[in-house]
Amino acid sequence: MSAPLVEIKHLVKTYTRGDQDVPVLFDISLDIARGDFISLMGPSGSGKSTLLNLIAGIDKPSAGLLRIDGEDISQLSESDLADWRAANIGFIFQFYNLMPVLTAFENVELPLLLTNLSKAERRKRVNLTLEMVGLSDRLDHYPNELSGGQQQRVAIARAVVTDPTILVCDEPTGDLDKQSATDVLDMLKALNNTLGKTIIMVTHDAHAAEAAKRVVHLEKGELIDDIRPAGTAD
Amino acid sequence: MYFLKLIFKNVFRAKLRTALTLAGLVIAVFAFGFLQTVVTAFFSGANAASGARLITRNAISLVFPMPTYYRERMRSIDGVKTVSFSNWFGGIYKEPQNFFPQFAVDHNNYFDLFPEYHINPEEMLAFKRDRQGAMVGRKLADRFGWKVGDIVPIRGTIFPGNWQFTIRAIFDGKDDTVVTRVFFFHWDYINEEIKKRFPRRADQIGVFNIEITDPSRAAEVSKAIDTEFRNSLAETLTETEKSFQLGFVAQSETIVVAIRVVSFVVIFIILAVVANTMAMTARERIAEYATLKVLGFSPRYIAALVFGEALMISMIGAGIGILITVPISAAFGASSIGSAVFPSFRVSNDTVVLQVLSGFTVGFVAGLLPAWRSARIKIVDGLRHIG
Repeated sequence: MSAPLVEIKHLVKTYTRGDQDVPVLFDISLDIARGDFISLMGPSGSGKSTLLNLIAGIDKPSAGLLRIDGEDISQLSESDLADWRAANIGFIFQFYNLMPVLTAFENVELPLLLTNLSKAERRKRVNLTLEMVGLSDRLDHYPNELSGGQQQRVAIARAVVTDPTILVCDEPTGDLDKQSATDVLDMLKALNNTLGKTIIMVTHDAHAAEAAKRVVHLEKGELIDDIRPAGTAD
Repeated sequence: MYFLKLIFKNVFRAKLRTALTLAGLVIAVFAFGFLQTVVTAFFSGANAASGARLITRNAISLVFPMPTYYRERMRSIDGVKTVSFSNWFGGIYKEPQNFFPQFAVDHNNYFDLFPEYHINPEEMLAFKRDRQGAMVGRKLADRFGWKVGDIVPIRGTIFPGNWQFTIRAIFDGKDDTVVTRVFFFHWDYINEEIKKRFPRRADQIGVFNIEITDPSRAAEVSKAIDTEFRNSLAETLTETEKSFQLGFVAQSETIVVAIRVVSFVVIFIILAVVANTMAMTARERIAEYATLKVLGFSPRYIAALVFGEALMISMIGAGIGILITVPISAAFGASSIGSAVFPSFRVSNDTVVLQVLSGFTVGFVAGLLPAWRSARIKIVDGLRHIG
């Protein structure tokens, strides 16, 4: 059996508020295989977003092991972690987090500015990615000229344009109508199935969770359930 | 390029706020430049003064005259090349508000000392030949629409009576720094009348204008002149033309200092305004900066974005401020008020450099703290600002 892409052992996260320690995650152990599509579910305050942030390298654990593709990211400096995120993680947010002053094309191009690609190569890749999400006719539109579903598709294009190993999605359908949510989930499934992207998605929505191959439940900072629905392969 | 484009787009994102901030900057940089120009104008006479010219006056005060025969003794002093003289006239042309400087001068050689006056040789000859002839500067002639041949009546105050002069020459300055809002005429004309009416006041003049052979010997020659007239009825005080002019400026020193202080206070106020704008801007964009960090952009990049925005706003405002300073100052200098108070009123290169520096400083200081704070945003905290 090959090594898991994400390896979490006895992970603990505690925040400090004033002079008080507030524990958020207790002794979490979890492995995620390459090419998996995992949904993190749980009530508010269960620690699912915190776990997602730790895996995405935008926060650091208080204790435990967090190894991604063999690298212990908890040991990386802020600067190295930023480089690591740029190369390995695509992030999709609930509220899209697009730059309002940039067009769809420019938003998708943004992460490529951190690569060594030439302008022509960047242009080619951005066009391809926007075409893939069905927005090749909206290149010059600003976020406020797009619907919520279209904005989220731009955000997906921005997340995948650098060809990252892992896509982390924080409530990607939370701000969308039913049809747009279905479209976004279909797109994520396609990215998982055809491009083999490993997807870790936080959601409250049971319907959205059905898109995943594996559903992990957290409650009060503890992992209480890890289900692989029938019909999904490891 | 992309970076600059992003900064530029961010600058004009909140259009009303940016427009108001820019308006404040434009007014502040203009006010700063204009007030600095006022200060420069105070010193313009001194700055244009020649190092090869001395001025000798009565040691007690400028209002006390000296006998004209001093000239012969001055000529014999080593280092003295030419000696001429002039006397403040202080007359009124029609109305007191038409004020302009008038000097009774030795028509024979006074203008030999001032090569910065460009005078038509034929007009100079006509001026010298006419006892009532007057020589006026171009700006003064333009102000009153005078031309050669016009008769100008002036009512004397220090020298009572109605005096009539015929304009025989109009001179230009070699450049804009030369004062040409001035009126010269023959001292002989005044002196002859004074001899008849107030004999005791005759053959007395206000200042001697002296050209020396070597500017580096100014102190030595000045001392020699004053030594020559020590213990005489009218002891003298000799100084360079520049020191003489600065003596006049010193009388207005409090005003000059006040103007300078106000000009810097204006910049300090706009600094506070821009700093507030940048602080608000950075606070509103915390989520965006956090998102950029998630994408892998470094804290230094975020800081440069905020800092660049502050600098761009400041430099655009300063640029417009500088552009409007030049024509507005020129218009003021040409106006009746401006030309009456300041013989030369133009924006100097030093003032423009100061304006550029003030704009840069405002941007630099205003952007510093917001840039530092934005760079230090924790991603997790920043992302919570969404929704």
